[in-house]
Amino acid sequence: MDLRRYERLGLDDVAARVLNGERLNAEDGLRLFDCPDVTAVGELAHHRRTELHGDKVFFVRNRHINYTNVCVNRCTFCAYHRDPGQEGGFTLDARTVLAKLAADAAPPREIHIVGGCHPDLRLEYFEDLLGRLRRTFPEAVLKCFTAVEIAHFATLEGISTREVLTRLQAAGLSMLPGGGAEVFAEDVRAKICPRKIDGTEWLRIHGEAHELGLATNCTLLFGHLESRADRVDHLLRLRAQQDATGGFTCFIPLPFLTENSRLKVDNPLDGLEELRTIAVSRLLLDNVPHVKAYWVMLGVKQAQAALFFGADDFDGTVVEEKIGHMAGADSAQALWRRDIEEMIRGCGLTPVERDTLFREVA
Amino acid sequence: MRALSEKILAGGRVTPAEAATLYFEAPLHELGRLAHAVRLRKHPEPVVTFVSDRNINYSNICVCGCRFCAYFRAPGQEGGFLIDREDLGRKIEETLALGGTQILLQGGHHPDLPLSWYEDMLRFIKNYPIHAHAFSPPEIAHFAKLNGLSTAGVIARLKAAGLDSIPGGGAEILVDAVRSRVSPRKCGADEWLRIMEEAHDLGLRTTATMMFGHEEEPAQRLEHLFALRASQDRTGGYTAFIPWTFQPANTAIEARQLTSVEYLRLLAVARIVLDNFDNLQVSWVTMGPKIAQLALFFGGNDFGSTMIEENVVRAAGVSFRLSREEIRRLIKGAGFTPRQRRMDYSLLEEA
Repeated sequence: MDLRRYERLGLDDVAARVLNGERLNAEDGLRLFDCPDVTAVGELAHHRRTELHGDKVFFVRNRHINYTNVCVNRCTFCAYHRDPGQEGGFTLDARTVLAKLAADAAPPREIHIVGGCHPDLRLEYFEDLLGRLRRTFPEAVLKCFTAVEIAHFATLEGISTREVLTRLQAAGLSMLPGGGAEVFAEDVRAKICPRKIDGTEWLRIHGEAHELGLATNCTLLFGHLESRADRVDHLLRLRAQQDATGGFTCFIPLPFLTENSRLKVDNPLDGLEELRTIAVSRLLLDNVPHVKAYWVMLGVKQAQAALFFGADDFDGTVVEEKIGHMAGADSAQALWRRDIEEMIRGCGLTPVERDTLFREVA
Repeated sequence: MRALSEKILAGGRVTPAEAATLYFEAPLHELGRLAHAVRLRKHPEPVVTFVSDRNINYSNICVCGCRFCAYFRAPGQEGGFLIDREDLGRKIEETLALGGTQILLQGGHHPDLPLSWYEDMLRFIKNYPIHAHAFSPPEIAHFAKLNGLSTAGVIARLKAAGLDSIPGGGAEILVDAVRSRVSPRKCGADEWLRIMEEAHDLGLRTTATMMFGHEEEPAQRLEHLFALRASQDRTGGYTAFIPWTFQPANTAIEARQLTSVEYLRLLAVARIVLDNFDNLQVSWVTMGPKIAQLALFFGGNDFGSTMIEENVVRAAGVSFRLSREEIRRLIKGAGFTPRQRRMDYSLLEEA
C-alpha cells in the first residue's frame, strides 16, 4: 500500500491506525465517508479484510424460505409485506416448507427462514416447523427469525423474549439472521418503521441470544432517509454490543432498493456509495469477523467488486428469495455452487465453502 | 513492482513483459491507482464525458455466422430484416429530438447489397444534421470483396457519401488464432488494423474496441492492446478504446461471464499500455451502472453513450438502461463533472 496516497487525502492518521490495528472512532468513520477517492477507502478495507481472511471468500449452500408476507408492522420502506386480510398475502404451512426444500437438488447446509410479523401464527407453529426441519435435514443449520419476529412472538404469547429464544433453541434453532436492524437512529426509525422494535430492543434481543449460545448476524439498511452519521452511529452501536456479548458472526450491509418501495428517497444510492459504506463498515466493525457481499441486493457484479472493498463472504446459493426481489432486485433467484466458485476464482480469490457458523466444510 | 509503478507514474511506456506483470500479478487496488494516475495526467480536469447517440442496426442478415453473436440471422432465415427509409428517418428524428448528436450505424454482412445501397443510405442520413459513425472494418472488408474494390476505395466512396467516422467494432480479439475460431469469416487482425489506418489516412477518426472473455487466452488480450498501440503510433487516428466483456447468453460459445474484477483489471492495464490513446470508455451496457461508475477510478474517462437504442448486447441477454439524467447523476456521484461530447471528444456547449 502506498501511504503517500493517504497523506494527499489527509487520511494518513486514519490509515496508520488501520495498519496498526487500532480502533477507529466515529469521526474517523465520517472522514472515510467524506474521502473523495472511494478506492483509497476500499484499499484500506481490503487490507483489513486480507489480514483477517487472506484471499478466502466464503460461501454457503443455503436456501431461503419466506414463510409469510402478512405483517402487522407496515414499515414504509417495505415492498414485501401485505396487511392481514389484504389480497396477495400468503402463509406457508410446514408441509409446504418441507416440500420446497425436498424439491431442491441437494439438501442445503443452511436454512434461512424469515417472514412478516403475522398476527395469528403461534409459537407452536414455529416449534413444530423447526422440529420437522431438524429431523428431515439433520445436516442443515437452522438460521431463523429476526429479532423483530422474536419480539413479536413474545408479545403474541405474553412471554419474555428470552423464553421465546429458549423454546426455539430447544426446537432446533441455532442462529438468528441479522435482519430488522434497519438503522438504529430513532428519528429515522420513527419515519420508516414506527411499529418495529427500536434499536435498543433489537440489540438487547441479540445480546440475549448470544448469552444463550445462539450466534447471530447483524445488518444495516442504508440509502433511504438516514445520514452517513446515522450509519456510523449504527455501526458503533453494533460494535459496542459485540464488545459486550460477542455473538455476531457476520455483518450484512443492505443497500435500500427504491424501485418498489412507498418510501420516496431524494438521493438514492449509487454504486460508489454502496462500496464506500461496505468499506467503512469493515473498518469500523473491528470485532465482527465477517462482512457479507450480499449479491441478491447488490447485484452479482457489484458483489464481486465488494470483495475488494472489505467483504469476505459471498453469501450463498440462496434459491427463492422474495423480500429483496419484491423491492426491485434484478439479480437471479439462485446461483449454483459451481457459478459461485468460478466467479470467486475469476476475481483472483479462493472460494471456501462454509457452514452457517463459518466453519469450513470439506 | 515498485520500480514499475514509478516508471508508469513518471510517464514511461510499458513493455509487453511489464504489462503481463501488471495484468497477472499487480494487486487490484494498485493496478487501479496506477491507471487512475495515468488518466488524471491525460485529463487533469475533473470531467467525465458522454455522447448522446442511438445505435441503429440497418440489418441483422449476416453471412458471417460468428459464434459469439446472438443478433444475426442467416440469409433466408426467419426474423431477418433490412431497415427501410421511413424507419431510419423516424429513428434519426427521434435521436435529434432527444438531443442526440450522432448515430452509430452497423449491420450484418448482407450477401448481396451493392455498395451503392450503403452510399444511398448515407446520403439519406446526411439530409439530417447528424454525425454518421458507421460500419466497422469487417463490414468495409465485406463491401470491398463483394464489389471487387479495394478497402481504401470503399472507404473513400463511403466518405464521399457522408460517412463521418468509423466505430471500432469487429475487433473482438486482434489475434488470428482466436479469430479463426470465433469469427472465421470476418477479416483478420492485420486487415482490421490496415482498414482503420486507411480510414485515418483518408481523414476519418475511428475508435477501437475489444471483446474479451470468450475463447482467447488472457495473454492474447495484451497482444490486442499492443497491436492497437503500434497502430496508433503509425496514424494517431483512434479517438478512444472501448473494451467490453463477452455476453454468452444465446450464443454458440459456452463461457462463464467474466467478473467485474476481471473487467476492471483489463480496463486498468489498457489505460497503462495505451499511452497514445486519449480516451477510455467504460461499458455500462455490459457491466451495469455501478461498475461503470467504479471504472472511472480504473482508467475510464468517458461514460460512453446514452444508447437511445441498443439491440446487439440485448440479444445476448443484457438489458441495462440508463437515461441521460441518470448518467449525469452517476458521473457527479463519482466526483466528476459530466459533459456531453461529440464523436471527436470536443465538448458541447452547456445549455
